[in-house]
Amino acid sequence: MNAVVLRAGSRSVRIERRTLLISLSLAGVALALAFLGLSHGPSWSAPSEVFAALAGHGDSALVIREWRLPRVAAALVFGAALGLAGAIFQNLTRNPLGSPDIIGLDAGAYTGALVAITLLNGTSAQLATSSVLGGLLTAAAIYLLSLDSGLSGLRLVVIGIAMNAILTAVNSWIVLRAELDVAIAATGWSAGSLNGVDWDEVRLPFLVIGVLALLLVTLSQAMHQAALGDELAVTSGVGLGRLRLLIVLVGVGCTATVTAVAGPIVFIALAAPQIGRRLAGAAGVPLVPAALTGAVLLTAADLIAQLLLAPVALPVGVVTTAIGGCYLIWLLFKEVRRPWQRA
Amino acid sequence: MAARLTAQDITLGYGERVVSEHVNLDVPDGAFTAIVGANACGKSTLLRSFVRLLRPSAGTVGFDGRDVNGYRPKAIARQIGFLPQGLVAPENIVVRRLVARGRYPHQSMLSTWSAENERAVQEAMAAAGVAELAERSVEELSGGQRQRVWVAMVLAQETPYLLLDEPTTFLDITHQYQLLKLFARLRDEGRTIIAVLHDINQACRFADHVVAMKAGRVVAEGAPADIVDAELIEEVFDLPCVVVPDPVTGTPMVVPTA
Repeated sequence: MNAVVLRAGSRSVRIERRTLLISLSLAGVALALAFLGLSHGPSWSAPSEVFAALAGHGDSALVIREWRLPRVAAALVFGAALGLAGAIFQNLTRNPLGSPDIIGLDAGAYTGALVAITLLNGTSAQLATSSVLGGLLTAAAIYLLSLDSGLSGLRLVVIGIAMNAILTAVNSWIVLRAELDVAIAATGWSAGSLNGVDWDEVRLPFLVIGVLALLLVTLSQAMHQAALGDELAVTSGVGLGRLRLLIVLVGVGCTATVTAVAGPIVFIALAAPQIGRRLAGAAGVPLVPAALTGAVLLTAADLIAQLLLAPVALPVGVVTTAIGGCYLIWLLFKEVRRPWQRA
Repeated sequence: MAARLTAQDITLGYGERVVSEHVNLDVPDGAFTAIVGANACGKSTLLRSFVRLLRPSAGTVGFDGRDVNGYRPKAIARQIGFLPQGLVAPENIVVRRLVARGRYPHQSMLSTWSAENERAVQEAMAAAGVAELAERSVEELSGGQRQRVWVAMVLAQETPYLLLDEPTTFLDITHQYQLLKLFARLRDEGRTIIAVLHDINQACRFADHVVAMKAGRVVAEGAPADIVDAELIEEVFDLPCVVVPDPVTGTPMVVPTA
């Protein structure tokens, strides 16, 4: 058998062997990249120095634990959150293009954040709340506009792409109208950046993402069942209305929480679930490989962003856009050469 | 005999458009019921109301005396299974994994696999004749094989009631008969089968109970030999014909005259 059954008492879960191996490997790669991230500074720290600092000893303890660690942790957690959000929406739309960054949810969350910093005081609580609201309003608008065809399919993706274009224009307009200092801050942030992230900024987002991920665990089986199509989902016992509402909330929550802290980091949500799926050779769009691939991609991208023009640190979004562009070309090339099997 | 699955004075439609009004139907327990009628006569719509895909705007679809929409989703899904038309499998899925999806209403969040599931999946694949395809990818199968895989998936759901929407469409005649024989065998084993069928002769040959529909109404129901005659076919399908005994089974056989 090429599957492993994990048991704990009367509980048992069946996992494909390849999915398990790939997941463990991805986790290993993510941790290795995170370690590199902790070592990187104006000069590279020795591994022993990093371990000592993590344990709270040595001269670099402050730099590594208080400056580099929150950034590296943010790259891991936010990457995973974006991977999950992408997997959720790609499952929901049954389309590899149906990810939150493509259908305008990042842009909508960013609109919310921009409103918070230009019209309100821009405290982190306001930023988080208005990002989530922006994302939810965008999701609601896309949903209402594509109601004729239900919540799935190409129509929703196309409407989302249009929504993304509109919101990107709105965001530019807000920035142009803003005070100069606000506009400069917003522009640096608009590419999506982890520069200067500290523990105070990430504590609450980490907690929120953790809670959303736990909620998603309870929904994942139903979500994969729903990938069989609406009819079979309903007749095999999925409460489809409630499921959709909850997973949209989780997906928007993950996207908006990341956007509130780091700005709209695009392409991770698009690419990670599909790369994870192909690596794992699994059916549908599995969640764990998506999250781990997201963590690997964002951590690697952030490292590249810091190294490329060192000592100038680029916004990580610049690098994810470059990686994402390559991925899109590859995906389109592959899709074009494949005869269309689906209606 | 009291029927467990019933439609009581239901009205069905999509939005403003009413398809069926005041339909009453008691599905005979343990029998093979075929619903027949011309295109767009409301037969699939009626079937969809039985499996909660369409809520009647009036009246009730009842199971064991309770509204089917009042059950917990998984509880009713352990009683009534459904095979829709035009299914698309998730990418890259192998047959065994797809058939295992039929076990969903029997699984809990924390226990997604058990020996019981393994047995049900194995039996379903054997019954549908796809056991030797277990490790193949669904995408690379032929149309006939793929349809049998979907049938195996609903069989794995192990529901006493099995509803099928035109299960033989797009299959060649050999595969059509194989599938119908499988449903008849499941009926013999005690399951209740309700299928929308296009071919009236196949319905007469395999079904115990035929429900003939026209323009959203049930115009006749009963054993094929009792109700299927030239007059009924003329009324339901608007087709002049003679009805003769099937040379093999003796059931009614429709032969068009025009």
